[in-house]
Amino acid sequence: METVTITMKNVPALYLEAETISPDAFAGKNAAQIAELPVFEGNVPSTLGKYFEVSGNAGATAADTKIVVKGDAKKVKYIGFKMTAGEVVIEGPADQYVGAWMKGGKLTAKGDVGAFAATAMKGGELVIEGNAGNYLGAAYRGDWRGMSGGKILVMGNAGSDTGMYMLGGEITINGNCDVHVMTHAEGGKVTIKGNAKSKLGGQMVDGTIIIFGNIDVMMPGFKPNGEVELEVDGAKAKFAHFIGDMGERHKKKKGAIVYGNLYKKI
Amino acid sequence: MTKVITDVICPFCGTLCDDVEVTVSDDGKKLLEVANACVIGTEKFLHSQSSDRVTKPRLRQEDGSWKDISYEEAADYTAKLLAKARKPLMYGWSSTNCEAQCVGNEIAEVAKACCDNTAAVCHGTTLIAVQDIGLPSCTLGEVKNRADRIIFWGCNPAHAHPRHMSRYSIFPRGFFTGKGQMSRKLVVVDPRCTDTAKMADVHLQIEQGRDYELLDAFRVALKGEWLPDVVAGIHAEKIREVADILKSGRFGIIFFGMGVTQSLSKNHNIDAAIALTKDLNEHTKYSIMPMRGHYNVTGSGEVFAWQFGFPYSVDLTRGFARYNPGDSSSIDLLLRGEIDAMFTIGSDPGAHFPISAVKQIAKVDSVCIDPHMTPTSGVSKLHVPVAFNGVETGGNCYRMDNVPIDCRKVVEPPEGMKTDLEFLTMVCDRLKKLKGVA
Repeated sequence: METVTITMKNVPALYLEAETISPDAFAGKNAAQIAELPVFEGNVPSTLGKYFEVSGNAGATAADTKIVVKGDAKKVKYIGFKMTAGEVVIEGPADQYVGAWMKGGKLTAKGDVGAFAATAMKGGELVIEGNAGNYLGAAYRGDWRGMSGGKILVMGNAGSDTGMYMLGGEITINGNCDVHVMTHAEGGKVTIKGNAKSKLGGQMVDGTIIIFGNIDVMMPGFKPNGEVELEVDGAKAKFAHFIGDMGERHKKKKGAIVYGNLYKKI
Repeated sequence: MTKVITDVICPFCGTLCDDVEVTVSDDGKKLLEVANACVIGTEKFLHSQSSDRVTKPRLRQEDGSWKDISYEEAADYTAKLLAKARKPLMYGWSSTNCEAQCVGNEIAEVAKACCDNTAAVCHGTTLIAVQDIGLPSCTLGEVKNRADRIIFWGCNPAHAHPRHMSRYSIFPRGFFTGKGQMSRKLVVVDPRCTDTAKMADVHLQIEQGRDYELLDAFRVALKGEWLPDVVAGIHAEKIREVADILKSGRFGIIFFGMGVTQSLSKNHNIDAAIALTKDLNEHTKYSIMPMRGHYNVTGSGEVFAWQFGFPYSVDLTRGFARYNPGDSSSIDLLLRGEIDAMFTIGSDPGAHFPISAVKQIAKVDSVCIDPHMTPTSGVSKLHVPVAFNGVETGGNCYRMDNVPIDCRKVVEPPEGMKTDLEFLTMVCDRLKKLKGVA
């Protein structure tokens, strides 16, 4: 695997839209060609090389390409946008849409990331070592298809609207979560190791939420359904089981109604 | 001699009352009296006559004072500002007519700007929810003639839309609602005991920020499922009792305001309220309608939607329309420091945005087009006063139920004063020349 390192040299005055920072766009290009890739600062078209120092050549394909983003990328949007393979490592913080619409490969963000990370993600792996913003793994505005595959791990906290309209895949949040988790979800799993505030699973049709900490306020549409023992990350524990959202429509499978599941550690 | 002009449209709130009577002097230059309008609408008409009105564009000088300039100089300044900016924000539009909004959109397209209307701090979240799950709605005429179950959720029309209740929602005697208020049951959901709540048959004094839970609880109650003892501070029996009241009507309407659109859960509150409306339609006929604030904020959404495909928070910087509130919405753009020029028309973000966002307006190049002296004109570099739309010039506007109504001119503006449309056309022509797209 070939590694391309891009280092921020001119921090943009406004914000940079750089959907070209992805193994797919870099593949088959040398450092000079990568520096010519288009980016936008507001309505002004520019090149990646104006903002970043580019070193190293990319591999022949996306799968053979690793990108390391160094320096202050706090004002850079769309890193890893629509990536299908390869690897991206962001060494500091990044702005919105990290790994949005990603389909494959591995993206690691060592700092905090902004809102809309992994929007409508279909596959691959996203690791956020800092905190995630709002709308992690959610659908794009107006779309009813959120994250449908792949894995997300957030080592810090997540904002609100995690997994909105989620259809599949897994999100694990080691820290706490703000309001609205898996709203409108029809599949997938969100595991919260810390605490959550409220509105978990509102309008949820199907899917699973597992929470280890506290929930400030439960949704009234979630009905107690006994206790179960679950194995999460190799450790067994007892959980209170709730089904819902009872106010929402639900599908039938083999004659039985399928509900969303919420497991809260006892 | 004076003359009375009847059937005048009131350019204040989204109710867009169309029965106002205005008395003007014989030469049509002085507006003397206003009848039928509410106290706020009356003030809006009379304010056009105030003696301290700014009548010439003013440019801020280095020492902080204002210098009067001509409309031509103001248009030059505005066009240059927009041509130079890398990410200008063109905000407002809700207190001007659709014709001016159209020219504004043309400017935005040439300047590759972000454009947004006051829905950003008002019913924008409603528009997000509508896009997510649709909107079963009706006109206010249907409400007047048919509705026998009225729900005001997180809104206080007694103060914000003063004639809404007398013209459409509570008191009028309609075709199927011949007994007026007696034919209707009024349910108010509000954490405060407002003047609207005092009139209600049922006032659910909900815990602040728990609307989403209560809406969900209503949906659960309609399905006859299990409920916890208390939801949002309301007992389960009460929720089931009110659900029965809602079901028992022949035609129900949910009106909602900023108490739900701008409190915790925002668009999800509206999403759940629309879902509740759909559920109620399994039992009887129900509609839902946002209580839009500015008299033509609905029109601004319509114009944005038919020209750009999205009703607010449109980002044209890349040459095509993108929309994602949170990224392309005004307050986020300002707070995150994403824009380098601010163009305000027909609204007052200085009074309604968080102070940190207003400080950001003061930092960048800015133009404020407004007949009034406002906090926004106070922080802007250029203030362009214009004729009062709906008083000194006519134009198309949309009522809160999406019914288009033409506003009327009742009095002459001060001599030499331009309208929004005239000034924007001047800016548009100059900008096109600067950008070479004439």
